[in-house]
Amino acid sequence: MTPIDPARKDLVEEFRHKTTGHQSGDLRRMLNAMRTHPDLPHYILVCTRPQQEWRLATKVPGRHTAVELLDHPPFHDPRDAEWAVFRLRWSTLFGEELPHER
Amino acid sequence: MSVELPRKRIIGYGDELSVAPGETIAFKASCEGLESYEASIVRLISADLHPDGRGWIDEPVTSDVDGSYRAREQAIPAGSWAVVPAKPCLCAETFTVAAWIWPTTPLKGEQVLARRMTPDGTRGWSLGIDSAGTLSMQVATTQGVVSVSTGMTLGNRVWCFVGASVDGETGTVTVWQRPQKSWPGHDATDEAQALFKGAVHAGGLPLTFAAAFERKDGEQTFGTGFYNGKIEAPRLYRTALGGAEAQARQEAPDSQKSLISAWDFGRDITGTRISDISANQAHGHVLNVPTRGMKGHNWTGEVLDWKAAPHQYGAIHFHDDDIHDCGWQTDFSLTVPKDWKSGIYAARLQSGEDRDYIPFVVLPPRGEATADVLFLMPSASYMAYANEHSASHGGGFMQSFSNGLSGLSAQDLLLNERPDLGYSLYDVHSDGSGVAYSSRLRPILNIRPGVTNAWVGPAGTFPWQFNADLPLLDFMNHHGIACDVATDEDLHREGLGLLSRYQVVMTGSHPEYYSKPMLDGLQAYTERGGRLMYLGGNGFYWRVAYHADLPGVLELRRGEDGIRDWVAEGGEYYHSFDGSYGGMWERQGRPIHALAGVGMAGQGFDSSTYYRRTPDSHDPRAAFIFEGIEDELIGDFGTVGGGAAGIEVDRCDFSKGSPPNTLVLASSEGLSDTYYPGPEEIDNASPLIDGSQNPNLRADLTFMETSGGGAVFSTGSIAWMGSLTWNGFDNNVAQIMRNVLKRFRDTEPF
Repeated sequence: MTPIDPARKDLVEEFRHKTTGHQSGDLRRMLNAMRTHPDLPHYILVCTRPQQEWRLATKVPGRHTAVELLDHPPFHDPRDAEWAVFRLRWSTLFGEELPHER
Repeated sequence: MSVELPRKRIIGYGDELSVAPGETIAFKASCEGLESYEASIVRLISADLHPDGRGWIDEPVTSDVDGSYRAREQAIPAGSWAVVPAKPCLCAETFTVAAWIWPTTPLKGEQVLARRMTPDGTRGWSLGIDSAGTLSMQVATTQGVVSVSTGMTLGNRVWCFVGASVDGETGTVTVWQRPQKSWPGHDATDEAQALFKGAVHAGGLPLTFAAAFERKDGEQTFGTGFYNGKIEAPRLYRTALGGAEAQARQEAPDSQKSLISAWDFGRDITGTRISDISANQAHGHVLNVPTRGMKGHNWTGEVLDWKAAPHQYGAIHFHDDDIHDCGWQTDFSLTVPKDWKSGIYAARLQSGEDRDYIPFVVLPPRGEATADVLFLMPSASYMAYANEHSASHGGGFMQSFSNGLSGLSAQDLLLNERPDLGYSLYDVHSDGSGVAYSSRLRPILNIRPGVTNAWVGPAGTFPWQFNADLPLLDFMNHHGIACDVATDEDLHREGLGLLSRYQVVMTGSHPEYYSKPMLDGLQAYTERGGRLMYLGGNGFYWRVAYHADLPGVLELRRGEDGIRDWVAEGGEYYHSFDGSYGGMWERQGRPIHALAGVGMAGQGFDSSTYYRRTPDSHDPRAAFIFEGIEDELIGDFGTVGGGAAGIEVDRCDFSKGSPPNTLVLASSEGLSDTYYPGPEEIDNASPLIDGSQNPNLRADLTFMETSGGGAVFSTGSIAWMGSLTWNGFDNNVAQIMRNVLKRFRDTEPF
């Protein structure tokens, strides 16, 4: 698996503007490495209002493990949630805070 | 923090999926922490809650159901096991019990293998696996309880001959385990003895396999101490045998005087009975559909079909999370009034903010059609995905798979909390073995209006299956085109007879699972002048089997090839329900291309795209389809990923059986790189595999005439229906649908 390169801010910017759909191969490799990283929490969303509101949670990988809500404001657009989780992962991996705005 | 996880407090199911006027459906509900609820019936029109969707539209229907009902909690007796009713011949103070086992969770805790003991454990005997994973025998007499264990942990997925003898004269209980295979440093062969006082009396007690009887509550029978794994050829002898002697006798049990019973699970594989082949005929039955037709310890590998050598398929695989019928008490029943029109309805159960909708189909009167168009609701596919756990169990894999975070609904959270609600054909059991059976006699929380799939689309926002199909009924309703509705189960039962009453048959968005009677019926329909509108993607892909005696239970063995979330063990590809070979229809010489003009090309779940018209779209044969449409791009909008082409897509492929007269009217462009072909498309992997590089990965919109004056129109895309309602039905996808319907309803032969 390709290591995550913290110098590739071009990929960070790409994701910030395009959280889903067509993405570059390098970004996809970075995302896959982050999403399956063994040292990062398994982030997941909990839908609190269908198609309108989601909250951030973690779940221990595995069957029937607990889902725990995180103290984070709700999202009203899934793209904001994707960016927020990207920022959390980045911060944990590299100790660097990425811009809040998407 | 003050925010709590959303919780679903009302769940329920109906005892039927489809009912005709004059027939009755019983609804059963379980409510958590509620005193009462209000019930009523609604006709469902739309439940596409996507910001660009039509929102929730239903029509209340007055019925005798309307009213307030007492709320109660009802438990689910999950876990599969087998029961042999009490019989005097089963009793002996000196006896031996033996069987072959293939444990799959030897270390999960205490598990019952065979037992005749009171629920409180004060009388009888019980052979099982103890908390250390070793074989254990317990005897209980008036003088106390004695347990003896071998002390050697059983191998995981290793065949082992196990048993115990009780010598009533010497007061000795012996237990043994004799693995079929050992390795240096891993030999689990062992035997142990203990003394007991008193006599072991099990008279009046049932003999159970794979669980202990706990209690009976109305129609429900609850077990406990469930075992995961296979059991094969259990025997009961009226003598105390050592392990070697019992194993030697195992092969020819019916000629031995000391034999009490010999159960042959290789018989009655299609049913629920377990047969005692001894003269005592102490037959029993299985509960909660454990998996049958499974390889035994004596499987040679030379035979792959259990029908050809049932003695090599004498094992039953039990699971602690199997469920067939919750057996709940009925809360209310509905006898469908004669004047209700065919459609998709739901029982609405509501208490304040808590509610559940239990969908069901009202058929036209039996043997009649009340419209010239039939919507064939793909209930077999709904059943395959019933209570799917992929998002909650899939971890980071699912995020990469769908290129985004999953969004768990209250339904998903309840499924995550309660394994007793059972699984989908995409899940695995607690022991890691694939779920091959799915029953509808349980609350199915993802066949609900407004409920999307947690991992399809960002945060699970794309309508999917049941909710992706409702826009079609919305479209028909909006245009005032009468449409009957029937389910896959109805097609399975009636075959061509059902379809032949209609000028046009429309599928759902994802009719993936087909039994042979279903496929035969549809094929015959298209060859006899019928007009088929295949409005989805990845259709007619898997061959499934319905249980002959248990209505509403479906089986799939995911064998050989195809997109599989689990893979059946080698030699276990044949369905137990009907003996048919499980797996892809394409692998059985019936590619769907021949039926529909297109076949599965690939899938991706983060976005959809559009089709671009081809020169074929200007062929005079297709002129009726594009009447009034000047656009080159078709479906560059929609609630399922933003386009009409996507999620799971099919292409025309003449090398795979698409008829030579198939017109490819339009093809998708620009699928993302989260799209991949199914394994059946990858005979040898190359970099030309993902959506932006793979010329074979596309959705084709096709049309072809069939013999007998019929025709087939195919969209090759799950996302198609998500574009129907766009802009108040004023769009080119809806216009194509109107055009095709107009011509297909015309009886003039093609």
